[in-house]
Amino acid sequence: MSVREESSAITAAGKPVSRFGARNWAGIVVVLVLAALPLFLANFTIFQLTMMLIYAIAILGLNLLTGINGQFSLGHGAFYAIGAYTAAILMEDAGLAYGWTLPAAGIVCFLSGFLFGLPALRLEGIYLALATFGLAVAMPQFLKLSVIEPWTGGVQGIVITKPDAPFGLPLSQDQWLYYFTLVVGLLLYWFAVNLVSSRSGRALMAIRDNPLAARAMGVNNALYKSLAFGVSAAFTGIAGALGAIVVQFVAPDSFTFFLSVALFVGLVVGGVGWLPGALVGGAFVVFVPNVAEHFNKALAGAVYGVILILLIYLMPTGAGGLVRKVADFIGRRMKSRPDR
Amino acid sequence: MTRTNSRLAILGVLAAATALTVVAASADETTGITDKTIKIGNIMPYSGPASAYSQIAKTDAAYMKMLNDNGGVCGRQIEFISYDDGYSPPKTVEQARKLVESDQVALIFNSLGTGTNTAIQKYMNAKKTPQLFVATGASKFGDPEHFPWTMGWQPDYVSEGKIYARYLLKNMPDAKIAVLYQNDDYGKDYLAGLKAGLGDKASMIVAEQPYETSDPTVDSQMVNLKGSGADVFFNVATPKFAAQAIKKAAELGWKPAQLLNSVSNSVGAVLKPAGFEASKGVISALYLKDSQDPQWKDDEGMKKWNAFMDKYYPDGDKNSSFTVYGYSVSQTLEKVLEGACDDFTHSGIMKSAANMKNVDLDLTPPGIQVNTSATDFYPLQDMQLIKFDGERWQPFGEVVSGADTQ
Amino acid sequence: MEILIQQIVSGVATGAIYACMALAIVMIYQAIHHLNFAQGEMAMFSTFVAWQLLAWGVPYWLAFVLTVALSFAGGIVIERLVFRRLENAPVLSHVVVFIALFAIFNSLAGFIWNFEIKPFPSPFGSGALFGGLMSPHQAGMIVVTLLVLALLYVFFRFTRIGLAMRAAAANPESARLVGIRVGWMTALGWGMASAIGAVAGMMIAPVVFLEPNMMVSILLYGFAGAVLGGLTSPVGAVIGGLAVGIIENLAGTYIPVVGPELKLPVALFVIVAVLVVRPSGLLGRKIVQRV
Repeated sequence: MSVREESSAITAAGKPVSRFGARNWAGIVVVLVLAALPLFLANFTIFQLTMMLIYAIAILGLNLLTGINGQFSLGHGAFYAIGAYTAAILMEDAGLAYGWTLPAAGIVCFLSGFLFGLPALRLEGIYLALATFGLAVAMPQFLKLSVIEPWTGGVQGIVITKPDAPFGLPLSQDQWLYYFTLVVGLLLYWFAVNLVSSRSGRALMAIRDNPLAARAMGVNNALYKSLAFGVSAAFTGIAGALGAIVVQFVAPDSFTFFLSVALFVGLVVGGVGWLPGALVGGAFVVFVPNVAEHFNKALAGAVYGVILILLIYLMPTGAGGLVRKVADFIGRRMKSRPDR
Repeated sequence: MTRTNSRLAILGVLAAATALTVVAASADETTGITDKTIKIGNIMPYSGPASAYSQIAKTDAAYMKMLNDNGGVCGRQIEFISYDDGYSPPKTVEQARKLVESDQVALIFNSLGTGTNTAIQKYMNAKKTPQLFVATGASKFGDPEHFPWTMGWQPDYVSEGKIYARYLLKNMPDAKIAVLYQNDDYGKDYLAGLKAGLGDKASMIVAEQPYETSDPTVDSQMVNLKGSGADVFFNVATPKFAAQAIKKAAELGWKPAQLLNSVSNSVGAVLKPAGFEASKGVISALYLKDSQDPQWKDDEGMKKWNAFMDKYYPDGDKNSSFTVYGYSVSQTLEKVLEGACDDFTHSGIMKSAANMKNVDLDLTPPGIQVNTSATDFYPLQDMQLIKFDGERWQPFGEVVSGADTQ
Repeated sequence: MEILIQQIVSGVATGAIYACMALAIVMIYQAIHHLNFAQGEMAMFSTFVAWQLLAWGVPYWLAFVLTVALSFAGGIVIERLVFRRLENAPVLSHVVVFIALFAIFNSLAGFIWNFEIKPFPSPFGSGALFGGLMSPHQAGMIVVTLLVLALLYVFFRFTRIGLAMRAAAANPESARLVGIRVGWMTALGWGMASAIGAVAGMMIAPVVFLEPNMMVSILLYGFAGAVLGGLTSPVGAVIGGLAVGIIENLAGTYIPVVGPELKLPVALFVIVAVLVVRPSGLLGRKIVQRV
């Protein structure tokens, strides 16, 4: 289970960008569109878009682990759950303001991920997949454990109060949470991009591409792999905390292994190793089930499956692969023109 | 770094621009209601692990179609919109908001699940949009003081647990009870009801074994329950596991008195797969007629149900208790809407729902009626104890009310 | 002590379910060096086909053979139709297609046969063995599992085609060079895995009842069993499956307070612990990867 073959283009992100190219313009356009959207949309749609951003953050975290470091996880829903519960418990029991729950969730999940990553070091490919999948399946059972019920609320979960916009900003709760999520998401994205292009990022990619060679060059594989797990879990945990605040409710039923599967599908559809793909993945997670349901309610699952297979046919390496192909194609056309 | 800063700056400008836009108004009293139509929303797991329940919503939809063919209610045609939440609370929130804000329904009817309904309860009440007849027996959905827009329908699990407790105290005061329960709110509510009903004699319970819905079988739990030496077995499991448990008890040669929770007392879906011989003597309680029970063969209500199923839901499973359930809950809604004709608004409908007096449904057995008041948000609370004679359920004793157990 | 023995016997009976599924998992792993997440749903779908044949009045063993044959063909069709076109797609994309197939089969089965549980007949009769700890069906299932195991063992070890299949999976390039039609070997592997899955489904359904979601959790237990035993070893898969059944029962019975609530997580924890010590499972061969 190697992700090597699709990752070659990503190393390009590590190279210093010499000029303000098409990629940057595209990024700015995307951010502008995202920032402008709530001005024109109903609260309900804004809520959906917020969920899309949240899943995108979670997938971004997963991408750091799988796309950059080459480790496989089918269990990131578990870290999403830990983040969500951390936020919910801190808000409702400790009375912490919602903004502060994000770093708390990040730290808790970083530690959980790091600790989980330690034994996972010995596991590779399918074995790691099984271990993480097991974590995802077991998580709801941990969450409703009667011993910790005073904090988690058991199967009843925790209902959270939705925050209003601060400083008297005349934004609806949904608009405010959307912008809040967007800013958090951009900060995390910026962090991720810088991480990838840093020395540590190159070490992570070296481990992915060739663990033996990386070790020979003096990279501490064990440490970096565990760290990758921790950072990735922290991203997903922050997404979970945001999810809890926006949905206003956490319960074991919210975090079944289907969530992990959804995040994984989002990762692949967006493009493994292509960080902006997380946004495409998030959109897929939120909107495609609705599209499938629209076709036929009784066969929603089948329609979803068919859409997924068609997408993989169309772009076997996800949206990232497609974008690269299109960019290559345009690039070649541009170059062949004499006036350039 | 600078690049990101500039992006953030642009973002700030846009955020400020938003400040000038008007915040959408909240739903008013007649959202979803016109002179000709009423929009009713529903949320159901059509996909995922709980998809078996989707038959309920399909029955609901068929019932609404029948109502429309007969002229609708209060001269209005019903537009029934049902969405899939896959039994996942975050998705339920999304779908509820879609129904209320985008489709602009007048009410959400019969949405299924405890966690899922809990997730939207606060929202529905803030929007002052009725969340009527939620499809769960969790006792928390009858709290008019805090949630005046939310109402349950079926007898709640805690009350039913108390009914069994009282039966045991009266008939088997020296019983040693073993409980198999699903490890979630549903199982725990029953267990809590049993314990509360037994009061200071709760020590009669000698063994409790939880199971997870992800367990392939409950064999291991059954071995332990048998090993506890109990002579009463309280089976709080959903149909598949209830059938497994009854079958396994027979295979183990364990012959306790068996109590079966009403969620799983369908002859076709539980007792038949478990084996009629093994199911003999099982005691349960019901509040709706069993469609497979020959004693209702010539019953007027059952005939109406059969005609309905044949015409409006021919693909539906007549063996399933879900179709009986869907028909009955939809009929309750019909009666509530009819009672609100003069004041066809959200609060009018809610008032009508909280003012049902001795209402009979086609499929409630004699003596069981729908009753609500401004302080009683539990429409059905009466149950009839029944015993399986190897072929069908035989009622015994009086109709028991869960109301006086609260 | 009595309870201990009873739990172990009952664990073996439940473990046989996992072992059955684990064999199908090992089969597909031999063919594509990957786990198929749709395997459980394919087995469930096959079992529904058998149920339908039985409902139409086909005698049990004829229905059994027909179902196995249809599933074999179905497996090959899926490989040719879906995965052939994705030959060059990355492995993770394959996993996503498995998930898509999972959704499709689950949804289709519910659409065609609805979600109500259905009793599925057993060819081994009903009643009780060993004081009810095992039904004749569960005993019969263990025999069938061992039979399938023996067949697989012989197939992979002694037949040309079995060896060719192993070669094709282990090293497609070299296998192609020695004249093995790698593509067809993969398709054959899909067919066989799907056929074994059908057998597993028909053996499991009488115990847990037939419904579209019946395999969702069993597949995980099957994975656990197969991985514990070693994905390359059919014998290991069976031992692993039985071990998971026993560990789970003992954890549920003897770990105080949290045991009954955490049966599955405890079993998974044990498996991960074993894997940390023996990364290729109890009986698996270590696959050395060239760098």
